[in-house]
Amino acid sequence: MIAILDYGSGNLRSAQRAFATSGQEIILTSDIDICLEAQGLVVPGVGAFEACMKGIDNISAADLIRKRRVLERPTLGICIGMQILFSDGLEHGVHKGIGMWQGEVSKIDAPILPHMGWNTVEAPEGSQLFAGIENESFYFVHSYAAKKSVGIKQAWTTHGERFLSAVEDEYLSATQFHPEKSGEAGLALIKNWTKTL
Amino acid sequence: MTLSVRIIPCLDVTDGRVVKGVNFTNLVDAGDPVEMASLYNAEGADELTFLDISASVAGRETTLDVVRRTAEQVFIPLTVGGGIRSVEDVDRLLRAGADKVSINTAAIQSPELIADIADRFGSQVLVLSVDARRARTDSGFEVTTHGGREGSGIDALGWIEKACALGVGEILLNSMDADGTRAGYDIGMISAVRAISHVPLIASGGAGALSDFAAALDAGADALLAASVFHFGVHRIKDVKNYLSSQGYPIRALRA
Repeated sequence: MIAILDYGSGNLRSAQRAFATSGQEIILTSDIDICLEAQGLVVPGVGAFEACMKGIDNISAADLIRKRRVLERPTLGICIGMQILFSDGLEHGVHKGIGMWQGEVSKIDAPILPHMGWNTVEAPEGSQLFAGIENESFYFVHSYAAKKSVGIKQAWTTHGERFLSAVEDEYLSATQFHPEKSGEAGLALIKNWTKTL
Repeated sequence: MTLSVRIIPCLDVTDGRVVKGVNFTNLVDAGDPVEMASLYNAEGADELTFLDISASVAGRETTLDVVRRTAEQVFIPLTVGGGIRSVEDVDRLLRAGADKVSINTAAIQSPELIADIADRFGSQVLVLSVDARRARTDSGFEVTTHGGREGSGIDALGWIEKACALGVGEILLNSMDADGTRAGYDIGMISAVRAISHVPLIASGGAGALSDFAAALDAGADALLAASVFHFGVHRIKDVKNYLSSQGYPIRALRA
């Protein structure tokens, strides 16, 4: 069973449907116990960094994500759900993130923002997430990103400058793009992740 | 390693049906928006846009159901426009499965709606739809209402600058002079808007020849929206993408 963390952020329906194509049972929930026990946890996120952290704090989900890593249970952050895993966010002021990774999420230096649309990634060697889809495009919508390497494996994308588009760090993974909106390639990535559960 | 140009087919929907002629031979039901959305997705559309032209409340409710069923089957971004007048309207559409909404008339009538939507859901959900035509305003481009039939007297470039400051995440620029002519996008208008805005720009209105798509990109468009050329099968989406790719523009290829 995969739990999709419902903390008041974004359109969870498309995430639910997309993850269901993997054949797993999907539950949308804000129940911390269910999220802790689930084989996989997805942390989605749409909107601003600070608003998302407020949503996380309202249901005390930061501890949930820390505990899951200690218990070696996979968690996947998507878009702002990736950004809030970092220690600091610089969107509309400086805000503390959950701090799973040390580093800041800052505005992308590019002439046109948001970075909106389909872009490719430089996938790392031996990636589980990108196995078989190394050369595909994925759908991005964001103006902020992390730009320094964290975790064990990193994927990079360039829009104006180079930023982290995915991280694989044992039981904690994240994508800056939206796999649930990235067509067949996105569904393949979701399947790759569910295989690790 | 570059952002691809987006090709976006637009479907006019009323009371749950696609209207404004659709002429496909490989559809069971040419009026079913969900079936058409799936087909365009399979052909390589990078996003989909539904324009709700329903006149009634019942028609808008039906559109929510269309959005819901489309989002269950098609895993690419879906924008819905038409008749959005409040933050609550946006909330309903996003909950149904839309990823973005486009607003037009309501934003002209009450510009604060832009900030209200952006504050609640983020700029990335908000597309400003501008129906513009050439006229004697400051910039030479005027915002129109009622599908281009009525001038508003508002200067299009001034309006776009204001809307960007209020928080729109993207601009859908429709040329009412070019719309439906298949004589090409209004290149001068695209360049003028590109020069004053820093959010993604979707060009709309006038697509005919394959070279028209390239010309709009050269003028600064990030994405290309078209309706009739796709609905009538003048071009398939993959033909447009293959052409653009052959001319050196970055496109998203379909998975082999």
